Amino acid sequence: MRILTTLVLILWSACATAQEWEDTQVFNDAATGPFLRIISSTDTALFAPLITSFVDENPNTRVAYFVTSTADVDRRLRDTPDAFDIVVSSAMDLQLKLVNDGFARQLPGIEHPDWATWRQSLFAFTAEPAAIVINRAAFAGAPIPATRQELIEALRDRPTAFRDKVGTYDVRQSGLGYLFATQDSRASDTYWRLMEVMGRLGVRLYCCSGDMIDDLTTGKIAVAYNVLGSYAAARPEVNDSLAVILPSDFPITMMRTAFVTAATAEASAAESFIAHLLATQAFGQGENLLLPPLTSEDAAEDRATIPLEPALMTFLDALKRRRFLAAWEDTMIQN
Amino acid sequence: MMAASPTVSGSLRDRLMITLIGGAAVLALLLFFAVRSYAVQVAQQGQDSILAASVTAMLDAAAIRDGEVEIDIPYAAFSMLSTPSDDRVFYAIYQDGAFLSGYNDLAYEAGKPLGVRSFQSGDVRGAAVRQVNASRTLIGANRRTEIQIALAQTQDAQSQTLDRIARNAAFLGVGFFALTGLLSLWASSVTMGQLNRLTTSVTRRGPQDLSPFQKPVPQEMAPLVQSLNSLMGRLDQSLSQSEDFIAEAAHRVRTPLATVRSYAEATLQRVKREENREAMRSMVRAIDESSRAAGQLLDHAMITFRADHLERETLDLRALVEDLVLRLTPIADMRDLSLAVAGDADVPFAGDAILIQNAVRNMIDNAIKYAPPDSTVTITVNAAPKPVIVVEDEGPGFNTDEIATLAGRFQRGSNAADSIGSGLGLTIAQDVATAHGGHLHLSNRPEGGACVSLQLSS
Repeated sequence: MRILTTLVLILWSACATAQEWEDTQVFNDAATGPFLRIISSTDTALFAPLITSFVDENPNTRVAYFVTSTADVDRRLRDTPDAFDIVVSSAMDLQLKLVNDGFARQLPGIEHPDWATWRQSLFAFTAEPAAIVINRAAFAGAPIPATRQELIEALRDRPTAFRDKVGTYDVRQSGLGYLFATQDSRASDTYWRLMEVMGRLGVRLYCCSGDMIDDLTTGKIAVAYNVLGSYAAARPEVNDSLAVILPSDFPITMMRTAFVTAATAEASAAESFIAHLLATQAFGQGENLLLPPLTSEDAAEDRATIPLEPALMTFLDALKRRRFLAAWEDTMIQN
Repeated sequence: MMAASPTVSGSLRDRLMITLIGGAAVLALLLFFAVRSYAVQVAQQGQDSILAASVTAMLDAAAIRDGEVEIDIPYAAFSMLSTPSDDRVFYAIYQDGAFLSGYNDLAYEAGKPLGVRSFQSGDVRGAAVRQVNASRTLIGANRRTEIQIALAQTQDAQSQTLDRIARNAAFLGVGFFALTGLLSLWASSVTMGQLNRLTTSVTRRGPQDLSPFQKPVPQEMAPLVQSLNSLMGRLDQSLSQSEDFIAEAAHRVRTPLATVRSYAEATLQRVKREENREAMRSMVRAIDESSRAAGQLLDHAMITFRADHLERETLDLRALVEDLVLRLTPIADMRDLSLAVAGDADVPFAGDAILIQNAVRNMIDNAIKYAPPDSTVTITVNAAPKPVIVVEDEGPGFNTDEIATLAGRFQRGSNAADSIGSGLGLTIAQDVATAHGGHLHLSNRPEGGACVSLQLSS
């Protein structure tokens, strides 16, 4: 009886673990060569072409792709550092801290610009700005806001129209949301004023960009703030109804990053995957790219790309994070 | 006469070079290590001051709010720790020794005395780090609390900088060494140049020039030149003494012999008894032989002396030979011989006129001595291929097995029994030829008679 209970518990927890993945997919399952396990926060649909082109070139290699949230990517890797070979995430701060803490392997053979590399371990391969995405229908007859200030004014002007119809990341759950929020707060006080306005309108909080764009298309929300414009752009069927606005006052651009884990057993295959990823995606040489390529350094300066530097660890400090979340909750959760 | 080679022990130039270059190498090494250790110090100070600034910024952000410690770490605190090598950063915040946030495997090491910032080098997660420890006391409403921060950074960028500096320091050292090497080469060649100049001016002197050196020389060489000058002074004195001695000896020997001979001749005229006359004739012959021998000995001594100090002047060999023939014709007439000059009209040659005259006179003397009466002695002067003077007679010629040894000093041919001579004639001719770089060649003419050629090639 006791054994049975234990067995059931084990099975249940295994199922639970399995269910926790947003998505899993194995590419080139028939291959007998190296097996690469990629843990990622990027939706399978957006990342699949990169893996497909890789297994086309390396038909021996089998690739398993696990998708979960940015915060979960960080948590799982810290729990089981040897369960994955490659880590891909949009939360630059969490990625940099993982590398700083020694979870990454240095790849001396990879050539990549200095500003898009950290410790020859962490490699940036996209540049994706945080955008305001609106449902055009909600702004019919009204000017479309181009800056945060104009968005604040638009929301204040028609509070009834936007009540319960604004959305943004739940920074407590989402690593990327937290990164955008903290970088936003560094840049200007406008962020806190906007959050206050959104909080008063009964803001809806989301875990992921994809969900926000879903709700925008259905009209459940009219405005999403700090969402990844790239996700909206990747869905051409909704482009007509949605407008992606890059705030012209101070746009914040995130770079999606990848690294090979220190504990990997497939170092050379993992390194060649990173090389492939950078060659096809980073500078837009590949075909059918669904993610925006890395911009040149000049453009990166212009777009206020978050730099890869140890300062990214500042807001991950427990005391600092506690303080920031307290302020955020005070502003957003109003009754 | 060959100058004896001096015994050589080591080289002044080598010794100078080794001292200078060895010194330069030691200095270059010292320079390299000094620059590197200074760079290590500076780099460490640089990293320490950035770490100190960062930890100060963090401590400044600490405050007690509602009885709870809050540390709002400024973004710049970590941003300033960015390095070109993307060094890793570790930190830990403690409150009165209790861990608050950061890396709990990074221990806080209290400075001595307490409250003073302390630096240390250590190891965190397998990486070499430089760590700063600093603390700050916060005073709340009803308590005091101490915030302690340990901040560590890896040293990749620093070691890269140090590698670069070490490389540059090495280049600097090598450059310094090369430059000093060139300088010491130059310095030693300048020093040696002075010695070489003195050597050249000694070598270039004419054979008679024994005057003291007048050219200015460096102070260190003055004693050497002074010794040289005094040596040459003594040499000059002793040379003029021997020249005087030769002239004096010739005079002292020849004059009494001539006097004795003239007395003997006079006595011979007065003596009537045949046996006495015969004795007087023998006496005259003996006197002649002595006189000739003395003359040849003095000639030979003079030639030996002059050959060491050959004085060359351009002269015409043909004219020289004709002049000699003119002077020797009376002697030849006494023996019913005729002297004939043949060959080229004009044979210029740079040589010592006195020596060549001496040699040719001895050669003609010899021919006159051995030639039979009523024959001709032919002297041929040729310019090509090399200047040569050939004396031929119609006498008995040389014994073929004696040709090789004949020119030795005091050697006379076995067939010269009844001729006067000391045997030095051919030796003198041979010495003169050698002094001019040529040689004396003896042979017999196919039709009979001796043939002596004086080759004067130089």
